[in-house]
Amino acid sequence: MDFSLGDRAEFFRDEVRNFLAEHLTTEVVERMHSTGTFDDKDFNVALAEAGLLAGAVPGYGDRDPIELYILFNELEKAGAPYDGLAVTMLVAGVVNAVGTDLHRDTVLPQLLSGRSSCCLGYSEPDYGSDLAAITTRAVRDGDEWIIDGQKMWTTMAHEAEWVILLTRTNPDVPKHKGLTMFLVPMDTPGIEVQPVPTMASERTNATFYDGVRVDDGCRLGEVDDGWAVMGIALAFERGVMGGTNPAVPLLRHVRSWAAKTPAPDGGTILNDPLMLERTARTAIANQVSQLLTLRAAWIAATGGLPGLEGSMAKLYATERYQQTVRWFQQMAGAEGLLSFGTDGAAADGWIDYDGRHSPVTTIYGGTTEINRNNVAERHLGLPRSR
Amino acid sequence: MDLNLTKDQETIREVFAAFFEGETGPIRARAAEPVGMDAAAWERLLETGAPSMGASEAAGGGGASLADLTVVATEAGAFIAPLPFVDHAVTTRLLDTVNACDDGMLAGTTIVGLALCPAIDGIARTVPSGAAAHRVVAIDGNRLVLDRPVDNPSAGHLANHGCLPLAHRDLTGAEVVASGPDALAKHARAVDEWRTLTAATLVGIARSAVDLGVAYVMERKQFGRPIGSFQAVQHQLADLPGLVDGAGLLTSKAAWAGDRATVDGLAGEPGVLDVDSNDVTDFVALAAMALVAAGEAATTATDRSLHVHGGYGFSEEYDIQLYYRRARALAYVLGDPARECRRLASMFPTPFVYASEAGAT
Repeated sequence: MDFSLGDRAEFFRDEVRNFLAEHLTTEVVERMHSTGTFDDKDFNVALAEAGLLAGAVPGYGDRDPIELYILFNELEKAGAPYDGLAVTMLVAGVVNAVGTDLHRDTVLPQLLSGRSSCCLGYSEPDYGSDLAAITTRAVRDGDEWIIDGQKMWTTMAHEAEWVILLTRTNPDVPKHKGLTMFLVPMDTPGIEVQPVPTMASERTNATFYDGVRVDDGCRLGEVDDGWAVMGIALAFERGVMGGTNPAVPLLRHVRSWAAKTPAPDGGTILNDPLMLERTARTAIANQVSQLLTLRAAWIAATGGLPGLEGSMAKLYATERYQQTVRWFQQMAGAEGLLSFGTDGAAADGWIDYDGRHSPVTTIYGGTTEINRNNVAERHLGLPRSR
Repeated sequence: MDLNLTKDQETIREVFAAFFEGETGPIRARAAEPVGMDAAAWERLLETGAPSMGASEAAGGGGASLADLTVVATEAGAFIAPLPFVDHAVTTRLLDTVNACDDGMLAGTTIVGLALCPAIDGIARTVPSGAAAHRVVAIDGNRLVLDRPVDNPSAGHLANHGCLPLAHRDLTGAEVVASGPDALAKHARAVDEWRTLTAATLVGIARSAVDLGVAYVMERKQFGRPIGSFQAVQHQLADLPGLVDGAGLLTSKAAWAGDRATVDGLAGEPGVLDVDSNDVTDFVALAAMALVAAGEAATTATDRSLHVHGGYGFSEEYDIQLYYRRARALAYVLGDPARECRRLASMFPTPFVYASEAGAT
């Protein structure tokens, strides 16, 4: 085995780091946390202009999944706004894989320029983990489709130019077989966006579709084959595109805070025995999370589909992240409750932030239970249990 | 970046998986209790050349890398082989660096073992292979010593949780093979190699524990169906593959770093230890990380696997208890993992201190 990234990937990583040193300003990060929108068009455009975005589309361009992993991992570690970008690049990958020539010629360049972004219209108020049961209808009308229904957790819908929409086109067949995917411009008449505030600073949305007319050219993949398109999207997403190293910025800020916080007996709390143990355990978990993610990327880079390995990475990384947050939240006491920009906030407010953000990580992008089902059935060979 | 074993390592894996399956495994491990040493299996192991694998070719050994040895140690763990393969391998490598590895040691007819902690009052305490090794290398003060040959090491066996061949060794009359800071550094390197290979053994134990648990829940029926069809049972097991594979990857990375850190006994590529951006290629840190992670993977995997066995898991008849006890013995024999974590954290670089007005960046 060889755990070095290699010259080419290391060069790319240095490019990303240099970019972040220049463009990830205090203003960008503060804007992200004050607006709750983890997507920054100016930042995305700068990434595109630096030539770092075109390669970020899975299956497109000349970058391999290892470099894709590096890009999102560096963004995540630096605490940059990347949630919206990850979705946009994921959709770009799907468009590249199953889109029409028109999609590839018109939509893809917009997404790759950083000027246009996309949101995910999968979940509905009544259907989350049981995604194949969604009820948003698309009915054919000549060369057009009429879409009616509601989507939930459409994060970035208030900023996005596009929504990738999973719809039911045939209610009379088994649930997985009557779905069709569309890529719909958000300015199409009949679409309404309502904000859904969350306990973390990030904002998400509910979106409503009332008689939304779209051309058949908006369809991604074949009619009633939407589940296969979902599969492509999930395979791109799992593990490779961020979300598995969230404790890295937390550890960095906790260590920084601990190093300047006096201990009762002199010195700083960085050398408190429990702090030493927990910072070490966090660093170990961060390495393991990175390796599980890198394995998923490496499998993708060598032609495989790392669905299972992605599930394992997500299960491990998110549970450990939550544990880390609990540890440091307890250890920081009152100062750990203080938010960004507040006088005396432990770890500059990151403990409060991660305390608010971490609960969602075992829910979104495939819950812990769905991932466990996946590993139990497809890796351990246990019977289907639902 | 390449996460495949090399072709040679694939062959090593196949050969030793077959060897340990045929010559060791739960039945033999039971028979070798309480001492934890199977002399007949060791005799067979000599035929494979495994005891000299780790020593340099210049000294007449096999010149295997730490990564190669990791592959063997994982298979030894998977079959809970009652053999001091890891301890013998790291000790021959250590003796090799001070030109004290003799032909008997290379052949494996003289088994050597390593005292992990410095001797106290001339006694090396709870040496992991102390009841199997004819000779033990220890740190006594600032000297690296090789104790007097012991013909029947099992006589000193200390009854223990995991049926490891633990014994105290009296260093009276021991031969000094090196001394000073260099000797201490060489011993520290050997202990880091022990950490890495013991982590590999623990990963093997953890993998087998998962397999045993899965097989049992598919066979055991309650309420008219296999208990493995119940989600509450499935989900206890489903967390394990990621935990075990993660520890395995970290162990392989530690071995890779260890092989890079020295080339032909000389200092090789220096490692990086930047936990603030999660860049770690430093061998000493990775060896500690691997042992903690693999110890946790093995204790958790055996814990859950034993639990889903129900009462039978607690009975002596079923194999999972053998794995359960060895997982803890190997994870804790060097000391409290929390202390290992504190030692690791003390190696971390001084953190970058953000100015308090820097805000969220």
